Parts: sequence; structure tokens; C-alpha cells
Amino acid sequence: MNKIITAEFLATDIKRFVIEAPKIAAKRKAGQFVIVRTDQTGERIPLTIADSNIEQGTITIIVQGIGKTTKAINQLNTGDFFLDVVGPLGKPSHIENFGTAISIGGGVGAAIAFPTAVALKEAGNHTIVINGARTKDLVLLETELKEVADEVYITTDDGSYGYHGFVTQKLQELIESGTKIDFVLSIGPIPMMRAVANTTKPYGIKTVVSLNPVMVDGTGMCGGCRATIDNKTVFVCVDGPEFDAHLVDFDLLTKRNRTYNQSEKAALEKHLCNYDKVFSDALVEELVNQ
Amino acid sequence: MPVLTKKERMQIPRQPMPEQAPLERNKNFLEVNLGFTEELARMEAQRCLQCPKPVCVEGCPVGVQIRDFIKLVGEGDFLGAAAIIKEDNALPAVCGRVCPQEEQCEARCVMSAKHDAVAIGRLERFVSDYEREKIGIRTPQVKPKTGKKVAIVGSGPAGLSCAGDLIQLGHDVTVFEALHEIGGVLIYGIPEFRLPKNIVKAEVDALKTLGVEFQTNAVIGLTDTIDELFENGYHAVFIAVGAGLPYFMNIPGENFNGVYSANEFLTRVNLMKAYKFPEYDTPVFDCKNKNVAIFGGGNTAMDAVRTAKRLGAKNAYIMYRRSEKEMPARLEEVHHAKQEGVEFVFLTNPLEFLGDENGWLRGVKVQKMELGEPDASGRRRPVPIPNSEYRTDLDMAVVAIGNGSNPIIQKTTPDISYNKWGNILVDEATMKTSKQGVFAGGDIVSGGATVILAMGAGRTAAKAINNYLTNSEAR
Repeated sequence: MNKIITAEFLATDIKRFVIEAPKIAAKRKAGQFVIVRTDQTGERIPLTIADSNIEQGTITIIVQGIGKTTKAINQLNTGDFFLDVVGPLGKPSHIENFGTAISIGGGVGAAIAFPTAVALKEAGNHTIVINGARTKDLVLLETELKEVADEVYITTDDGSYGYHGFVTQKLQELIESGTKIDFVLSIGPIPMMRAVANTTKPYGIKTVVSLNPVMVDGTGMCGGCRATIDNKTVFVCVDGPEFDAHLVDFDLLTKRNRTYNQSEKAALEKHLCNYDKVFSDALVEELVNQ
Repeated sequence: MPVLTKKERMQIPRQPMPEQAPLERNKNFLEVNLGFTEELARMEAQRCLQCPKPVCVEGCPVGVQIRDFIKLVGEGDFLGAAAIIKEDNALPAVCGRVCPQEEQCEARCVMSAKHDAVAIGRLERFVSDYEREKIGIRTPQVKPKTGKKVAIVGSGPAGLSCAGDLIQLGHDVTVFEALHEIGGVLIYGIPEFRLPKNIVKAEVDALKTLGVEFQTNAVIGLTDTIDELFENGYHAVFIAVGAGLPYFMNIPGENFNGVYSANEFLTRVNLMKAYKFPEYDTPVFDCKNKNVAIFGGGNTAMDAVRTAKRLGAKNAYIMYRRSEKEMPARLEEVHHAKQEGVEFVFLTNPLEFLGDENGWLRGVKVQKMELGEPDASGRRRPVPIPNSEYRTDLDMAVVAIGNGSNPIIQKTTPDISYNKWGNILVDEATMKTSKQGVFAGGDIVSGGATVILAMGAGRTAAKAINNYLTNSEAR
């Protein structure tokens, strides 16, 4: 059982949890993840560790409520408990002083990329952050990132805040403006990571993406998280989660991530029906419309 | 019961195991075997000749005093019999269900020369169930505390049997488990219908009563390294992490949706209870009215195919590249699978999985095989028959061809010696590794084997660890 020290929404349906997990806090490095479970019937959900505090023995995770389980997690509040938290899993990010490094995050990935941006800065890089959101209300951690990075660019798809356009358009501009870029890390939705890979490839810029496939145990035991990198099968949980973006088979990744779409849809509908009994019609309406 | 002559004993037939009817059980996850009644157990026990030199014991990796417990069963002293078994076996209700007795104790039974062997496994199961159901599992006396602490890495059969022995010898024992439940393969691998999880839980609870501590969600190598366990005050470490890295066949199409490792398929269904989806959140491929094939011929393959059948598969195939005779699965499992409607396709080797544009499995291209000369394993090598390829429609496939060694400990503890496959090298007599105070046993040493062999390794290690701790070699 791991106690939730603080729980707060960063944006609609995106919640930040600071949880008691002293061993993981002491051990974890940027790029690693935990697997959490909320209750006896719950799924095991892999989540990147977004931050940690060794003195207080806490780690931070950021959860976007998409399916039944992540929506259920986001119902948890300060003082509640996670039934299970295991980690730190996966290999740490490879961090060094590359020169100029760009951390690109999209959606909830913007928050998840935060620790890597910190680590890149600490390693001596001129650190640029590009964070993309659909709209102004979904922009994450802008203040925190500005404290850390040398340059921060916020992009919104609808132009409601910052740069109007996708993260890749901003990236392309930076490249074309002659900024010498030595390293790019990208975390976010698969289409975004693929677009970043396609943008940097012609310029030969070393680019790394953090993959988040379907997982069960997270320790190499099940092989459910397999992906193809450089035409070879890997287990993302033990061989990753970070890989050379130019070698990832994004098509396969996209298809495999759809394996349980039908089941998840059914589970979510049932979940929302159950809430119907407990919560107001308005809340159910709100959840369904998201 | 009257005292029988040897001849009379030999004339009693081996008592059959009552079981759920095949076409009923292949639709539920309840246990297939129902267990002996008291009458059946006493009758079966009468068949034991009470040999002066019981060779059956030599066939038991943990050395259960088989003759002696069966004598008490014959006399109706079932609780006494249970106590005898527990002197040597920390998990009797588990072993009575999943041990391959026909290759071990029962293979040595002198009755098996001319008649059928005494059903030792069924009797073991009966007495341990009897004790648990009638009075609850009794725990043996524990020796005075030694002040020594042992860390056991992995809560599968090797770890649990080692823990059971060491706690009785007075050492403090903590078992570290990476998953959220205790039992390792007994929980995630072996299905409910063959080994009900409440039985595993009861035997684990008995170890807790004895004082064994369990820490779930602890991935040793990541959460703590082996060196950190010593820093945290443990005097010895037993690594029993099993063979936890599934092999795939490395054929085209293996990453299509619907292709599983046996580990993933069984873990979803057993540990995560996907057979109760959506009551439980974790899904698994919906097998209802689908064509399903399992590739492999071991017990894990049988578990997977019988699970698929229970999930509603229309056609559930075992595809195996050798013939029936070479299959490593227990005869009982093969027999049960056949009764339940599983179709066996022998001498058939997959060449390529075929899928659709959305990445879903649609079929498999296979090749017929014939048996050639014996290979290193002593089994006749399957050789492809030219121009024998054909296609079978499939919606789900499970690859059950075994497991390699998990890399996490090796990566974080390079000062232990490993072989080229990542198995830990040990002194066979003591299970000592090349690192001081570190012992290892079970599948991480032997490669994929059985529950009872892992338990035997756990017991051997417990003896060696006890020697190590009491001879104060420990740092």
C-alpha cells in the first residue's frame, strides 16, 4: 500500500500524484517507470516516474484518464492509497552532455518529459523544451519547465496559446534557423513521436523516443510489450523504454497498442454505468463526453 | 480394515481419481480433479506393500517418507499422515496436484513392475486437503532463533520450499516477489482448474504463520540489488527467480495482435483473472468461437490450450513439431486435454504467421515434419517434408516453447557467474554461486523444469545455507 501525499489535476483529466515510495524515490533515474494497481480487481498500469523526492521518500506520477482503470485512478485523492506500486522498472535514460538537447513532449508526455529535461540540463546541455498541447487548457508544467530549461516553446494545435501548430513545426523552424541540435528526446502520442523521428532523420540528429506499449508484469516475464527496433524484436520493459527513434517500427507499435481497444471500450462503458448509480447525471455526461 | 496379505493388496486395482465430466469442465475454471474420498484413499493405501526399503522415496526430490504416511492413511489416521508429509514438503497440497509422480515416486513403486503404481500423488493430495479442510494447516515447531537473516528472491516453488526449511531451522526469512501476489508460477502460470489459487494461498499462509515474511512488488536487481540486501543486514541470499523470459520462435508475423507467449496468456488469465473480465479489469483475447493454436508440447502448452477451450474457443489445437510420443507434457494433462475436445496436430511446424492489414493474426503457414535421427535430447529430430506446407486459419496463437533466463539480476549483479544462456552457475551439491553468501536454485539454474524439482533445489539450498550460517562463514 502506497499513500497518496498529494493529488491534483493539472488539466482536464490529467492528474498529478505524489506517492509515498521511499525505495523507488531513492533508486529511480530519469526515464524509468513504475507499475501501479489501485485495487484487487485492477489492471497493472505502467507509468513513467515524473519526479522524486528522496528526503520525503516520494515519487510523482502523472495520469491521463483515458480507459476505465486510468479514470478510476484519477478518482483517487490525497490520503487515499495505491494498492501496489512496483519499480523502478526499465533502463534509465542515457544522459550526457550532448551540447544542445531538445526535449519534446506532447499531451501528458509534456509532463513525463520533465525529469529528462532536468537531467539533460544537469548534465550541462543547452536545454530546449518544446511542449505541445491540443489547446491552452491542456498546457502542462509551463512554469516548472521555464525554471529548468534554457528555452521553452509551448505549441497549441488550435493556436489558443503560444505557437500555433504542432511541435514538429516548431522543431523544423529551429533546425532551419540554424540552431545546432545534438540530441532530441520525444515523449507523447505515437503519431507525434513518429513525426519527430521523421523531422530529425534527414538531418541525422540523434533522436530518442520513450515507448509505452501494453504491459503486464514489466519485468520481461510476459513479452506482451514487444516492439520491433531495427527489425529485431525487443521487450520494451527490460530493453527500453527508450529507443533510437529512427529504428522504431511505429506502424507495428500503433497496431499492437490497439489490441484491447474493444475490451477497453466495453469496460469503460460498464464503469460509467456503475458510476451512474453513485454520481449525478451531469458527471456521467461529462465523463462520456471526454 | 482387516490386515491384508501381500497378494490381496496386489489384487486391489489402482483407484481412479473422481473428476468433473469433460464436457462440463471445459466450460468452467473449477478444479478438474475432485480428490479421493476417505474410502478411496484407504482402499488405495491398502495397495502399498510397505516395502522394507521404500525405493519410492528415492524418486522424490524432497524425500517425503512415502511408505510411512501411506501406512497411516491405510489406518485412517489422515492427520498423522499429513504431519509426516510436512516434515519434508512445505507445499503438499500443491505437489499432490502438480508433481509428475509418474516419473518420480510412482515410477519407482515396486507395484508398477506388474501392476499399476500406488497412487502416491493422489494420496498426498488427499491427506493435505483433509488436514486443511478439517482442522486447518498445522505448522511444525520452529527452532530457537539464530539471529541470522536470509533473503529469498522469488516466491515460486524453489523459494517457498527453501523458506519453509530455513524458518524451521530458526533463521529469519524474507521472501521478495516482483509481482503483487505470492506463489510465482503457481499463481501466474498454472491455471485455477489444475491448482486452485486458494490452496496456494493456504500453504503460503502456513509459511506466514511460521514467521516467513513476504515482500511483494520487490524486483530484486532494481528495487534493491543483491549487494544492497547484504547491506540491509541479510547474511545469505537465495536466488530463485525462475525462468522468466519467454522464447519466441523468430518466425515472420510473430508480433501480430493475437500472438501471445504462454506466459502472457496465462498471466492475464490466472494472475490478473481475465477470465472474469470485465469484473476484473485486465482483458485477454476473446476466444469465443475462435480458432486457437498453441505451439509446443509441454505442460504449459496443455495449460494454455485447455484455458483457451474454457474461454470458448471453437477449435483449440496443439501444434507440435514432433510426434505424440516425444511430447514432454504429463500423460494426465494430455489425456485431460483430449477429453475436453482439444485437437492435437503432430509433426507440424509453423513457418510464418499471417495477418491482416490492421495487424491482427488471421492464420499460420505450417509445414509437415517426419522424425529423423535422435538429437542431443535423445528424442528423434523432426525433419521437414518437402512441399508439405499448408495454411490453417487462426485468430489467436500461443507460443509455449519454453523460457530463457530473466536478465534483471544478471545486469545488476555481474559478479555472479552465468552460463551463455544467462543461467546461474552453481555447485550442484550446495547450490552455491560464485558470489559469497549467494545461493541459487530452480529454473534460473536448471532452465525450465518442474515445480517439484525446483522445490528439491530449494531444500538442497536450505541445507547448504544453514551450514553456511551456522559454520559462521557468513560475513
